[in-house]
Amino acid sequence: MPSKASDHDPEKARRFREAALPYLDDAYTLARYLLRDATDAEDAVQECYLRAFRHFDSYRGPAMKPWLFAILRNVCRAEYARRATALTSPIEDVPERAEQTPLWHEAQETPEGQIIRAKDSHAIRRLIATLAEPFREAFVLREIQNLSYREIADVAEVPVGTVMSRLARARAMLRSAWLAEQEQSK
Amino acid sequence: MTCDEAEVLLHALIDGELDAGHTRDVENHVAGCSRCAAALRDYRELSRMVAETGARYTAPVALRQRIEAALPQPKAVPNRRAVLRGFAMGSAVSALAATGLVAIVLRNDDVDRIQSEVVSAHLRSLQAGHLTDVVSTDQHTVKPWFNGKLDVSPPVVDLTAQGFTLIGGRLDYVDARAIGAVVYRRRQHIINLFVAQTANTERRSARIDTVQGFNIRHWSDRGLNYWAVSDLAKDELSDFGEKFESAMRSPR
Repeated sequence: MPSKASDHDPEKARRFREAALPYLDDAYTLARYLLRDATDAEDAVQECYLRAFRHFDSYRGPAMKPWLFAILRNVCRAEYARRATALTSPIEDVPERAEQTPLWHEAQETPEGQIIRAKDSHAIRRLIATLAEPFREAFVLREIQNLSYREIADVAEVPVGTVMSRLARARAMLRSAWLAEQEQSK
Repeated sequence: MTCDEAEVLLHALIDGELDAGHTRDVENHVAGCSRCAAALRDYRELSRMVAETGARYTAPVALRQRIEAALPQPKAVPNRRAVLRGFAMGSAVSALAATGLVAIVLRNDDVDRIQSEVVSAHLRSLQAGHLTDVVSTDQHTVKPWFNGKLDVSPPVVDLTAQGFTLIGGRLDYVDARAIGAVVYRRRQHIINLFVAQTANTERRSARIDTVQGFNIRHWSDRGLNYWAVSDLAKDELSDFGEKFESAMRSPR
């Protein structure tokens, strides 16, 4: 992308720092869940902030967090595409029909052991990571990032109704996995 | 309302996205349907667990530094406080330090800005979970923790006997660079002592300023700049600074 004169403006940089850097942990958290890789997440967040800075002149809203997330999500999409071409890491497998798959389907696929134990953040993170991408995205944006349905819809570029069904499925899958674990530990 | 309808609307209820009419419908359904009631209870429990177990990640320090380094650096604005000419602050683990350059000398007119950044850093540290990266009342634990994280480890002095309890240390950011913060407590008041390298090894005696309602005691000694920031009254903060300086001078 060509550099603009304003990209060297320290005043713009100062405003950008104040507006955007407080969300660095949030952005990194989202990237970790979307990409499931610490190094890729760092790269994506850095790219997101550089893109955001370039477009900061034209930023008029929405709130800063969803705005950053929308950019970050596009960066992550590009990373998925790269992985798909490189075939070096597993491709996100989200078939078209995933949205219509019955609710109980994925719970059975949850690998044994990747189950919630109360108060265990590692287990929670791994469990969320087992969700297929659209469901994981909706779940993380809602439960960890506290975005509204409207904001999630804008970030994910889908209608609010789709956000609701994805969120319902994500929670149903996690609940099944959790109940299965409780059943096992009896 | 059927269970199928309730199944999706339950989530909107949990998330506070449902209008009053639908809220009533869903609640009526749940009241008479044990299956949906169990689902609602589990989903709420799930939300609570995710919120409480720390499913969030913290961005690595190096990532913040890379982003900072890629942004244009602030330009100094001319300023009347030439009396403070000669102040300098060293970088710690800045991107420049990583490339081998160490002491970054600031212009003297940056003093105001740095003071306000130091106060901002103090305010940030008071938010839940941000105060300390290493929690210890033992100077021999806090001091080594900084090693390798900063190119200059801040001195960590135990002042418990003098009424200031050491509670830990933290990496912070001032002037877009990583800097060490040693955290003390006096009664319920937190003192953040920010320490950065300076090119100037001359000793500068303390001065106290008030910025945004916080007191800052600033002094320089043996190549280090110090800013002690707190909501403590000026005399108590002075007392802290004097105790610290005297502990530094006494043979250990």
